[in-house]
Amino acid sequence: MRVALFATCLADAMFPHAARATVTLLERLGHDVAFPAAQTCCGQMHINTGYRRQARNLVRHHTDVFEAYDAIVAPSGSCVGSVRHQHTAIARDAGDQRLAARAAQLATRTWELSEFLIDVLGVEDVGAHFPHRVTYHPTCHSLRMLRVGDKPLRLLRAVRGIDLVELPAAEQCCGFGGTFALKNADTSAAMLADKTGHILATGAAVVTAGDASCLMHIGGGLSRLESGVRPLHLAEILAATDRSRP
Amino acid sequence: MTSTFLGMPHAPRGVGQLRGDEPFPAAAHKALADRQLRRNLGHATATIRGKRARAVAELADWEQLRQAGEAIKAATMARLDEHLLSLEAAVTARGGHVHWARDAVEANRIVTDLVRATGATEVVKVKSMATQEIGLNEALAAAGITAVETDLAELIVQLGHDKPSHILVPAIHRNRTEIRDIFLRHMPGVDPDLTDEPRRLAMAARAHLRAKFLTAKVAVSGANFAVAETGTVTVVESEGNGRMCLTLPDTLITVMGIEKVVPTWTDLEVFLQLLPRSSTGERMNPYTSTWTGVTAGDGPQEFHLVLLDNGRTAVLADSAGRSALHCIRCSACLNVCPVYERTGGHAYGSVYPGPIGAILSPQLTGIEDNASLPYASSLCGACYDVCPVRIDIPSILVHLRGEHVEARERGLLPSAEGLAMAVAAWAMAAPRRFRFAERLLRLGRLLGRSGRIRRLPPPLSAWTAARDLPAPPAQTFRQWWRTRPGDGTR
Ligand code: SF4
Repeated sequence: MRVALFATCLADAMFPHAARATVTLLERLGHDVAFPAAQTCCGQMHINTGYRRQARNLVRHHTDVFEAYDAIVAPSGSCVGSVRHQHTAIARDAGDQRLAARAAQLATRTWELSEFLIDVLGVEDVGAHFPHRVTYHPTCHSLRMLRVGDKPLRLLRAVRGIDLVELPAAEQCCGFGGTFALKNADTSAAMLADKTGHILATGAAVVTAGDASCLMHIGGGLSRLESGVRPLHLAEILAATDRSRP
Repeated sequence: MTSTFLGMPHAPRGVGQLRGDEPFPAAAHKALADRQLRRNLGHATATIRGKRARAVAELADWEQLRQAGEAIKAATMARLDEHLLSLEAAVTARGGHVHWARDAVEANRIVTDLVRATGATEVVKVKSMATQEIGLNEALAAAGITAVETDLAELIVQLGHDKPSHILVPAIHRNRTEIRDIFLRHMPGVDPDLTDEPRRLAMAARAHLRAKFLTAKVAVSGANFAVAETGTVTVVESEGNGRMCLTLPDTLITVMGIEKVVPTWTDLEVFLQLLPRSSTGERMNPYTSTWTGVTAGDGPQEFHLVLLDNGRTAVLADSAGRSALHCIRCSACLNVCPVYERTGGHAYGSVYPGPIGAILSPQLTGIEDNASLPYASSLCGACYDVCPVRIDIPSILVHLRGEHVEARERGLLPSAEGLAMAVAAWAMAAPRRFRFAERLLRLGRLLGRSGRIRRLPPPLSAWTAARDLPAPPAQTFRQWWRTRPGDGTR
């Protein structure tokens, strides 16, 4: 199986540790991971902000770059959601039926990390060790676009030493929503305040999620509160062993 | 002869309530500052969410029911014209009168003329979204006719000179102390010792309304459904006040959006299961009234059905947005929406608030009149999950954002955002340009103090007003990757 990492533009530029941890983890599980260097961005921000015409080239480019691989793994429910549920429609909208067919094919081979581990590789215990109190926020697109369900929690429960605590009102959005956080900053901040309040109530030292974008938002709120709670991508916890810790 | 399709007409400006006075973010800003409002809303939506979840969990075939609801609506919309003509024929055959209203102005004129012809100066009303949409009460008032709302929550809103903020629970933004104060101030002849005990409040409203029911000559209602095969109109409600309006007066005038028609009673059965569980979290709503034309010696002897377009055919014309017309107004999407829960309904400016309002109002009015609404969502998808007719609200929101951006581009109005998006798309479509952009981004490190950025210039100040941003890392992922010993793909 030729596995390619789709790092996502955000993790590549801003949260490289999440992408590095994905590589570490997959290699520890015995897989060769390729990083097609031409990759850039899935175009989700453009699509969701209404710039679907501008997103066409990004969809085409993404398809060109990853088509040769058997499995494409990304540490982001949101970007995988875009590839799976938006790319085909964008191509069709552009009148490019051939690209639409190729994008639809690629979508079937594109996986969010927890899906890839559980559905494709069939592992729940990835051999991680992480002796901290952790709470998990199920990001909206993982939860409701990809329906990852409890897969991330099953992976976390198998981590040695972890003290996993339930997040109250976990399924409520953190208020990020891409450009929503800028266009409706007040509402977004009100949603974030409730989310950080719930996180602090758990007494967790670490909040984790499958999306660097939502973690950037939640982490930004926790940092502003000087809370000391650390945001860590799911991949970073799953990659941690007793010898290497994030 | 050639002709150019200019699109179907939208709901006209200057009448009714489909447009707000200010864009959503500005209205939301004010609502968010009202702590009492946020408490009332948070409490009410959480309670009703829980009730709905329990009622839905009781049915093993809930998903199949939703799929049936979606399929029936889609099939009905595909032949809407035929179903409406069948409905008209059936209603007429049973002694009713059918009127076609192109828009709010026409509908208001039809209803006003009908009331005038009876000589009545007061009408009782069953809670109805359609008549709020067209501003019927205001139109009647201008003709010297008083419309009395008889739904308890609508009455609270009307007496308080307020606007409804929820489809199903119009006074959801009020708590009972506020309601008592409104009654004391505005309800004629109310007991001055009224307490805020729910039972006492209900009894006060009951005494007030009974007098109205017993004297009213004309009632105005909306409709939840109309069955085309028999011409039967349906209203579902909880209080029984609707039933009073529908049966006691001599004349009944029903204003119904054209999308409310269902072909058969078998179809109706599906919606009568979906609606109460989704809206009030009940297995069945307390009152379901159905009537077919006129029945001699029983109920109103004159029945008028006004079929309202007001932008609906324009919605129908857009294949990507038309499923917004499938809405059965259950309000489940409002109750789960994290945005609605914090801002309340008034921020949406239209009689249709929440997620459904964010996709319906801009389509009824044309995108330029409600341009901020499609952005009033984080696209979290909670609405889609609960919608009993499976309207993919997030996808329609994204579609309408696209329509808005393209309308702006057609207007040749350059915007800073458009420029930024164009540059970003250009940079990201080629790896070399992308790497260069990443290098520029790293200049952001200069703004950081101990790894975080606390203040940025506009428009990014909207972010840093409430949250920090991490400073860009010293090394991007792809730079790290190149430092690894490896094979050709690396
Ligand atoms: S869109 Fe769906 S959930 Fe929302 S009010 Fe309409 S039917 Fe109910």
